Amino acid sequence: MTAIQENLAHVVDDHADHHHEHPSWLAHHFDDAEQQYDSGKLGMWLFLVTEVLFFSGMFCAYALYRNRNPEVFEFCSSFLNEKLGAINTGVLLFSSLTMAWAVRAAQLRQHQLLVGMLGATLGCAAIFLGVKAVEYSHKWELGLLPGKLYVAQLDGAHGPHKGYLEFICTVPAIVTALCALYAIYAFATKSLFHQRVAGPMLVAGLCFFGGVGLGQYLEAQEEASKGHGGHAGSHEHHAMVDGHVDHGSHEHAAAPDSVHAAETKTAAEIAASAASAMGGSPNVYVSPTELKTPNADVNQRSMAGLFFSIYYCMTGVHAIHIIGGMIVITWLIVKAAREEFHEQYFGPVDNVGLYWHLVDFIWIYLFPLLYLIT
Amino acid sequence: MSVVDRPITAPVHSEVESYPEHHFLNHSSGFLSWALTLDHKRIGLMYLVGVMSSFALGGMFALMIRIHLWNFKDGWLSNQTYNQVFTLHGAIMVFLFIIPSVPAALGNFLLPVMLGTKDVAFPRLNLSSFYLWVTGLILFLTALSVTGLDTGWTFYTPYSIETQQGGAVLAATFGVFVLGFSSIFTGLNFIVTINTMRPPGMTWFRMPLFLWAIYATSIIQVLATPVLGITVLLLSAERLLGIGIFDPKLNGDPVTFQHFFWFYSHPAVYIMILPAMGIISELMSVHCHKGIFGYRMIAYSSIAIALFGFLVWGHHMFTSGMADVTTIVFSALTFTVSIPSAIKVFNWLGTMYQGTVSLNTPMLYALAFIFLFTIGGLTGLPLGALSTDMHFHDTYFVVAHFHYVMMGGTLVAFLGGVFHWWPKMTGRMFNDKLGIVSAIIVFVGFNLTFLPQFVLGSRGMPRRYATYLPEFQPLHQLSTIGSITLGSGLLLALIVLLMSLVNGKKAPRNPWGGATLEWMCSSPPPHDNFSSAPTVGDPYDFSNIEYDGRVGGYVKRP
Repeated sequence: MTAIQENLAHVVDDHADHHHEHPSWLAHHFDDAEQQYDSGKLGMWLFLVTEVLFFSGMFCAYALYRNRNPEVFEFCSSFLNEKLGAINTGVLLFSSLTMAWAVRAAQLRQHQLLVGMLGATLGCAAIFLGVKAVEYSHKWELGLLPGKLYVAQLDGAHGPHKGYLEFICTVPAIVTALCALYAIYAFATKSLFHQRVAGPMLVAGLCFFGGVGLGQYLEAQEEASKGHGGHAGSHEHHAMVDGHVDHGSHEHAAAPDSVHAAETKTAAEIAASAASAMGGSPNVYVSPTELKTPNADVNQRSMAGLFFSIYYCMTGVHAIHIIGGMIVITWLIVKAAREEFHEQYFGPVDNVGLYWHLVDFIWIYLFPLLYLIT
Repeated sequence: MSVVDRPITAPVHSEVESYPEHHFLNHSSGFLSWALTLDHKRIGLMYLVGVMSSFALGGMFALMIRIHLWNFKDGWLSNQTYNQVFTLHGAIMVFLFIIPSVPAALGNFLLPVMLGTKDVAFPRLNLSSFYLWVTGLILFLTALSVTGLDTGWTFYTPYSIETQQGGAVLAATFGVFVLGFSSIFTGLNFIVTINTMRPPGMTWFRMPLFLWAIYATSIIQVLATPVLGITVLLLSAERLLGIGIFDPKLNGDPVTFQHFFWFYSHPAVYIMILPAMGIISELMSVHCHKGIFGYRMIAYSSIAIALFGFLVWGHHMFTSGMADVTTIVFSALTFTVSIPSAIKVFNWLGTMYQGTVSLNTPMLYALAFIFLFTIGGLTGLPLGALSTDMHFHDTYFVVAHFHYVMMGGTLVAFLGGVFHWWPKMTGRMFNDKLGIVSAIIVFVGFNLTFLPQFVLGSRGMPRRYATYLPEFQPLHQLSTIGSITLGSGLLLALIVLLMSLVNGKKAPRNPWGGATLEWMCSSPPPHDNFSSAPTVGDPYDFSNIEYDGRVGGYVKRP
């Protein structure tokens, strides 16, 4: 984050020793607004290049290990809830729209709209993290952890741990409470500046819990639908996954049956046949009693664990970038609330926007690679 | 070669030349005026002190290694300590000294002045780079003092996962991560500064070649370093959580680590050598008082090296297990890098031809560079060739090769650059005679240290061993004697520089007769570099630059 803050922070740098008529928003070592804007922009693009290369290491790791063990990736990606991923994709895409709109508002001196748009972006980021918190905590409860920590037992022998979600939510809860206090202060003092800052921050804090609620609702719905044998389509898909798993390292005569069976059987039967065919099931939403022996080849630390290592590394580093983006957007809201931006000076909004689009863009790659491709 | 003839008669034109009353060193005072400075010159000087201290530390470890190897067995260090000492020597020299040496220290000081701007594009980012470097230094020293890192500077898996010194690996890899960002931000800053802040008249092809070299270096820093960042981050996660990506026990792949690591670390070799080449281009033309030969070819070859440098990392891994075709392709690509390097060497020689060479301290270091770098470069060819590399891999031949390039190349050029710009940075002239002595001792000591290692390596002495066969002892002892000679030469160089601060006479504006912009402002430069916008001309046009006895330096004829 330093790069962005530095890129942008210095432009309001106000040195005492002015030689020319320098407006306060123009740093002393720049000749004019255009030079300052171009420098900031080029700096941000270069920073984005480094970000792409930073992620490229993990994309390479993904490609390598997927190529080496395709069956592991197919097996494991079915643990991920596509609905939550899809919602997060939509949320991030929408936040890119509000961010772009914010840039326009900054150019047009529409200060109120600018604060609103930045607030909307911040809120979307919070919803994203809320949904992600549900996804993470749910996986931790099932023991779907990276590398040597992987302890998922699909036969139900492993009692699920609870309380991870509450643990993750502690920090956001404290932040939201502080935002609420700040908002009370802002409205009590009737300061327009503080209201403009506190409002979006409080909304963002609440959005996080909105995201958590949404995530839990969808996760429960998914669980319920699987448990009651609905949505044959989705199970068909999972069974297909099982069918594919076979040609990885193992020849298994029962596999084609399980594919065929998927079209006619109920979910429980599918799960059972899939389990017997493969010795395990990718479908964690099936109640544990319906599962038989876990797949000795795929469901083990050295196989599934590696997928989850890559999953947590990629989504985790991405989430850190979201959090970094939220901090910078908050900083922009403060500046916007002070009405600092105008048609000559909107570089910070523009550059943070670029960064935000990149973070969005990376997610657009992560979503299909991790959730969808089978 | 003759010493430049200095006119005895006073020139017609005389410029009012005096030690400036106000300059960047006394612009403000107090600890905070340095610690929080946004002035690129002060940041450059702080880097200079920092990298030189790191070099001293790394050099101590080097001497410890050489003294240990005096006898073929029962050296004064335990085997475990020996592992830690060579690891720290490598890690400190690479990450704390060579990579930031020229770009961060000299580059920071010189880039805006040579370009004719007031500062770099992002002064705060610049300062934060310095503090990231300090943080990295602290983490490295932690790794040193807590347990002792013993993985080699390359942190190869699975050893770095298995070793007992887990805390040290974590501290050091996090240190590398932080240092990487320091390097990225410096590079980013320089690219933006050169692209957007050139004053009117400073076209791309009027830029001094040092800036071309820094620009090419910055491209590598920005493109390669993030990959190192994610690699060491994954390695840290490996140590902390056991994620298994590089751990064969968890179905991970240690060769993948090597690919990731060298994808950065080979281009990093060019981060080290390219700016050194830039220094030599400046030194050659200024001290030969003759325009640089083949300006455009030198400029383009810098960019070419930067780009080719990204395609050759596999030559570090010929014996690690790669497909045959891959090794052949990497070997072929490796040879292409020698072309732009050779272009530079020939152009420097062409610059010297028929020049009036001033054989002073910076020039002697520059000459030493050309000699040593050429040996280093040429011995790289047998290492890039597949068949001979099978024999030389992981022997002292490799050690000697990269010391000729890194130390004989980068360090010697760095010293030359420090001597060359010392009067500009501090406003003091050093004792040139003692400087020349230091250059000669360094040159002799260096060859005495590393030439025997080529022989040792080709006879099969493996690198990183704490003991060796008795028949290697004479050559090892020769090398140890050389290293002590080298160390004393470097110490003398440091003394010469420090003495100048005490009793050096005040430096003129242009002591060497350079034509680039930094010689147009006072020594040391004022806070904002130029009181009025400089007029930009050909950086290598020496036709109207004359020696003026009254100011003790060169002046520009109107």
